[in-house]
Amino acid sequence: MKELEYPFDSAFIMKKRKSIKRTLLSDGTKRLKKKIAVLGGSTTNDIVSIMELFLLDAGIEPEFYQSEYAQYWQDAMFPSEELAGFAPDIVFIHTTNRNITEFPQMTDSPEAVNAMLDKEFDRYKQMWQALSSRFSCPIIQNNFEMPLFRLMGNKDCSDYRGRENFINRLNTRFYEYSANNGSFYINDINYISASYGLKEWSNPLFWNMYKYALCFEAIPEFAFNTANIIKSVFGKNKKALALDLDNTLWGGVVGDDGVEHIQIGQETGVAQSYYEFQNYIKAHKDLGILLTVCSKNDEENALAGLKHPEGVLKPEDFIIIKANWENKDRNIAETANELSILPESIVFVDDNPAEREIVKAQLAGVKAPVMDGVENYIQTLDRSGFFEVTTFSEDDLKRNEMYKANVQRASNLASFENYSDYLLSLEMNAVIDDFIPMYIQRITQLSNKSNQFNVTTKRYTPAEMEAVFASSDYIRLYGKLTDKFGDNGVVSVVIGKKDGTVLNMDLWLMSCRVLKRDMEFAMLDTLVQKCREQGIETIKGYYYPTAKNNMVRELYKTFGFDKISEDENGNTVWQMTVADYENKNHVITVHPNSEQ
Amino acid sequence: MTEEEIYERLNEVFRDVFDDDSIEVDDLTTADDIDDWDSLEHINLIAAVEDEFGIKFKMGEVSTMKDVGEMVEIIMSRI
Repeated sequence: MKELEYPFDSAFIMKKRKSIKRTLLSDGTKRLKKKIAVLGGSTTNDIVSIMELFLLDAGIEPEFYQSEYAQYWQDAMFPSEELAGFAPDIVFIHTTNRNITEFPQMTDSPEAVNAMLDKEFDRYKQMWQALSSRFSCPIIQNNFEMPLFRLMGNKDCSDYRGRENFINRLNTRFYEYSANNGSFYINDINYISASYGLKEWSNPLFWNMYKYALCFEAIPEFAFNTANIIKSVFGKNKKALALDLDNTLWGGVVGDDGVEHIQIGQETGVAQSYYEFQNYIKAHKDLGILLTVCSKNDEENALAGLKHPEGVLKPEDFIIIKANWENKDRNIAETANELSILPESIVFVDDNPAEREIVKAQLAGVKAPVMDGVENYIQTLDRSGFFEVTTFSEDDLKRNEMYKANVQRASNLASFENYSDYLLSLEMNAVIDDFIPMYIQRITQLSNKSNQFNVTTKRYTPAEMEAVFASSDYIRLYGKLTDKFGDNGVVSVVIGKKDGTVLNMDLWLMSCRVLKRDMEFAMLDTLVQKCREQGIETIKGYYYPTAKNNMVRELYKTFGFDKISEDENGNTVWQMTVADYENKNHVITVHPNSEQ
Repeated sequence: MTEEEIYERLNEVFRDVFDDDSIEVDDLTTADDIDDWDSLEHINLIAAVEDEFGIKFKMGEVSTMKDVGEMVEIIMSRI
């Protein structure tokens, strides 16, 4: 919803929240239901009601549990029956510097302050550990905002007795914990409060009157920032950028002004602003965000602009360049199709409001932030939280190369008569075997991102995936595919739960970047082999339809399973006897973990 | 701005905040007259009124305002 996109009108959202909620709930969107426990050290009511709006807008329908006022610690350590029964999917601990129990005094020794720091940190650590062992779910924890006053003035930041110094040290301890513990995310209110303006943010009126640890008007910014983490954890991040060129990546119109007159580089302030923006965009490649161009231009002119010697982005930085005079919504739909991602995974970046409106109207779910004034571009994109990082794997670093290799493969295909010949020519090698620790993060990420080739669309939090990994009740497989064009990384995950001699398939997913490579057959071959080794006689498959996974409706049929039931919603159950199975993959050479 | 205009604009704010188009406030309206007007919604109302008239209430005023009439008096003294 437009009203909820950055930069939003906070006062409007606060005032109209009820009607906004009604509109969102009645728009017919299918949403992911998630239970969120909010353990607060201050009032959380309005925070929760505004966060709900941002989550609904992102396709998540939250149900909230809120601690009684300031009972965060008690609730974490000794959960009420209500919280225990609530079984949260995620816990958010909303504490602020108002909740720090003790600050250093001028008379304290360095040792005493160290002990104080340990004590304060341990109080949080105990809580995090208790919560993760009880609920095995992700935890979001605020860091601390800077104090409103500085008793020692500037020295408050560097002296061990300063509050500012103490808070900084405590924050560092939080970050160390976060670096060493998966499924634990810091909500960076230190940054958000600074950006908002600490003086306003920490206005004591709101604490003393209402026990809010931030000013009322800042609640939407705060809630949005927190909701971004939740969105990312539950797989609602965007995957690609579709970028306009003229007046978006450089100043001026390359077709009219000529490449020598576009503004990019170091010559003028405007040129420098575009240069900084190009740098910012290019850095997204290393986050695994796919870069594409969508521009109304002759291709020749577009390429000339991108080859400008002062520019940062070059034609080879983009996986797809659509420079033509077609409507942009059509170009974006095609881009999505060629990348095997959904249009709603794309963020369209264009300075022209008319183009943005058309694209948004034609392609539901595509975001097109308001790009107004090159000096605001970075800030607008950055704050929108489209690509909030909660997990980061090796694959992210390489994603652009992998997609590019895909486009090369497609052009190679044209020269083969027979599809099997083509597949053989790819010289594909796969590692297919039980999970190994190195890939757990990527496996979890796939379970949260794959929508299309995914029969059950079951999502796993990192903690849940760890539990599956640790249990002997499952047969697990990951598949990693390499071919002569490059390494595709981990692309398929299969999880089955054993029930006597039956294996019930909980998950069967594959990244769409390796569609039609027979990788699913290679996975099935190995699955059957593992079943035979472990005394499984029957495999049962389940297909649950969603708006996006139609492509695997008949997956189990192609595997040779028999359909044994189908309900009125199109949920189907399939079955196959292991004994009769013959290997189906003849184009990929498969290796176990030990050979990689 | 006349008192009448203030009431008119205030009425809209009340309708937005409590999401109820049937609300008609007058000088004697209090929290008891509006179902959802509890201490939690009070802060939301105050913020919306401040936003509407471009004013800030003082801390003491927020907790001692007895009815809408008093609120209007404060608004009139600030604009």
